[in-house]
Amino acid sequence: MDKQNNGMNRRTSLKYMGGAAASLASLSWVGCDSPEDTQEAHEHKHETSDELKISEEDQKLMDQQFFTEHEMQTVTVLANLIIPADDRSGNASGAGVPEFIEFMMKDQPWHQTGMRGGLRWLDIESQRQFQSKFIELSEKQQKQLLDQIAYPEVADPRMSQGVNFFNNFRDFVATGFFTSKMGIDDLEYKGNTANVWKGSPPEVLERLGVSYDDVSGWDFA
Amino acid sequence: MQIKESPKTYDVCIVGSGAGGGMAAKTLAEAGATVALLEAGPMFDSAVGDMFKWPYQSPRRGAPTHRPFGEFDAAYGGWEIDGEPYTRAAGTQFDWFRSRMLGGRTNHFGRISLRFGPKDFKRKSVDGLGDDWPISYEDIKPYYDRIDKMIGVFGVNFDRSLGLDNEPDGFFLPPPTPRAYELMVKKNCDKLDIPVVPSRLSILTRPLGKRPACHYCSQCNRGCSTHSNFSSPSVLLPPALETGNVTLITNAMAREVLTDEEGLATGVSYVSKDDNMEYTIRAKTVVLAASACETARLMLNSKSSRYPNGLGNSSGMVGKYLMDSTGGDLAGIFPQMMDGIPYNEDGVGGMHMYMPWWIDNQKAKLDFPRGYHIEIWGGRNMPSYGFLGGIHNYNAKFGNRDGSQRPNGGGGYGAQLKDDYRRFYGAMVGFSGRGEPVALESNYCEIDPNVVDKWGIPVLRFNYEWSEHEILQAKHMQDTFEEIIETMGGKLLWNKAGADSNYGIHAPGRIIHEVGVARMGKDAKKAPVNEYCQSHDCKNLFVADGSSFVSMADKNPTWTILALSLRTSEYIIDQKKKGNI
Repeated sequence: MDKQNNGMNRRTSLKYMGGAAASLASLSWVGCDSPEDTQEAHEHKHETSDELKISEEDQKLMDQQFFTEHEMQTVTVLANLIIPADDRSGNASGAGVPEFIEFMMKDQPWHQTGMRGGLRWLDIESQRQFQSKFIELSEKQQKQLLDQIAYPEVADPRMSQGVNFFNNFRDFVATGFFTSKMGIDDLEYKGNTANVWKGSPPEVLERLGVSYDDVSGWDFA
Repeated sequence: MQIKESPKTYDVCIVGSGAGGGMAAKTLAEAGATVALLEAGPMFDSAVGDMFKWPYQSPRRGAPTHRPFGEFDAAYGGWEIDGEPYTRAAGTQFDWFRSRMLGGRTNHFGRISLRFGPKDFKRKSVDGLGDDWPISYEDIKPYYDRIDKMIGVFGVNFDRSLGLDNEPDGFFLPPPTPRAYELMVKKNCDKLDIPVVPSRLSILTRPLGKRPACHYCSQCNRGCSTHSNFSSPSVLLPPALETGNVTLITNAMAREVLTDEEGLATGVSYVSKDDNMEYTIRAKTVVLAASACETARLMLNSKSSRYPNGLGNSSGMVGKYLMDSTGGDLAGIFPQMMDGIPYNEDGVGGMHMYMPWWIDNQKAKLDFPRGYHIEIWGGRNMPSYGFLGGIHNYNAKFGNRDGSQRPNGGGGYGAQLKDDYRRFYGAMVGFSGRGEPVALESNYCEIDPNVVDKWGIPVLRFNYEWSEHEILQAKHMQDTFEEIIETMGGKLLWNKAGADSNYGIHAPGRIIHEVGVARMGKDAKKAPVNEYCQSHDCKNLFVADGSSFVSMADKNPTWTILALSLRTSEYIIDQKKKGNI
């Protein structure tokens, strides 16, 4: 991909040019203070969708395979140990985290060596301690191993490379899960929608011990 | 190589379509001038941006792989652009952000729209450092006034009792109601005597002309599909093009300004990125608004027997006194915000409250000369790429829900970690200081004698080092942010920056406010342009971007670029009428 174009479409056209020009003559920028006015002020349609749109360049990346089958299985097991299902939402693989990590390895190739090497490190350490590869261990054994690398402050210095790998892997899983629809719903993020902002609700103000009385000297939109 | 010459001679050729170029194009075209507007990037319409896109609609979830501010950011460009290198003198640092597109960096910026105050034009008179501007606040106030009304900016005029006498009044739309956590900042900063006040952003909270009011999706940086915030293509270029007087030429990389035997500018030569051919535009007046450093590059690259050191550079000062804002950041986690109550906290694309510089340096006997304003961010933003990254550094700071501590410290996995992500989401508030450096002749850009870009145009070499003034200011930022966070009952999200990192001051160029490489002054030996941004050496050459700034202020430069460009454009019209150019 020609990075200089930053994935933009050269054929974009200024459709609104000559149409919706703000002119100095139409300065209606004062007034408009009633609730009806405000509502009217925000009436414009917004096209939104949840559709996944893949560009040609990204499709090429998706058509390549970075992880081996074994690596992909390890990524999946590890991701689900980090974010398991509970009564509020599913697990990492249910949210598409392994596929996201696979894509990122091709999108940002500088992660490849650390990721591949880290997964191998995990298998070698599994063999050393339990005589099997990581995905073949019992869940109890897997957690015994993770307990040695998942807590940087108390980890044995001899495990430092595993700790560093796990820190990075945990971050990938967090992004993958919490930017998925499942993860965003889990967090109850309510935004990304057209609305008229009128401030924080009373229960939030109460929780933080603040009040709009503190700013009553100013008039807000 | 064949050079294609435009058959027509335009009244004005403007290089750059951002804040300065857009304002010049609109003002000149509306006055009846024929304008050739050159833009180094492609067409752009923010109506087709990524507004409302969810991260999961992208396989990279919005990662900053190709754009430094994330995949959904509107700006085509960054600090590094293939085929458009720049260099740095050994031991110095400068990162140069370019946005190659219609409207330039106005498509990206945070819409913080602050007037410079009376003191900002006369800093030397205050502290003896740098130089005063040849103009005062009163000279530029009428233009600020008109821009407020033309473009729309929300905010309030500050009550005199706040002591913010360097933050001028304006014509403001009502500001958005503060978010709850911003009220918390205010409540605690009141104890510290730091005024927290409604911010000033060029986002419409009321309709203006045909532009509807903001719909509060918080994604200004993605390009606003309703043109409810300010960008040059949303606000300035439509009326400019509507006149029929503007010929817009995109993908046109300016190479040099052409001159005749008299030393007057006759036009601009450029290379078209579309067909890789060389072109020239003939014009009676040339306005450079290519962004400060690009404008200096053009002047320095426009050499002739009459201008051996570059056009308009008899003073030797083109490229000198380069400035970028200082920047430092710190964030806190607040227990009272953990397990937050779900609601839509998006608001506008930016802060609803901020802190202007509140201290009199001399009275307070500070060990640095200039100030900074503080920007506030945080809360329940859209989960995005990098979500709670590095959680192992802080998820043990507040123990477990039952109050017990975590013997293994931070990190972990499984049910507890998943619960931690929920607890910590939305519980952070961050502070960013953006401050004023002192203009120094020793901070400059020049033409690198050995390097060209992909079109054979000699590139810039930067020489920039922060001085003790800026480093001590950054220390003050860190100490202040820590004090605010602790007063609010929070804990630091990461360690406060110390002397080893120059107190966390960002590399020059990282705040993307670079100004001052063709500064204005009455003395032609010390400044390349006069108070109307007209070249002392070449009377039909003008600059209309941030290059004319004598000093920086602790304020984002866009509003002042717009005001100066409007003033310069009207001066051009006036001089044309009088037959002086």
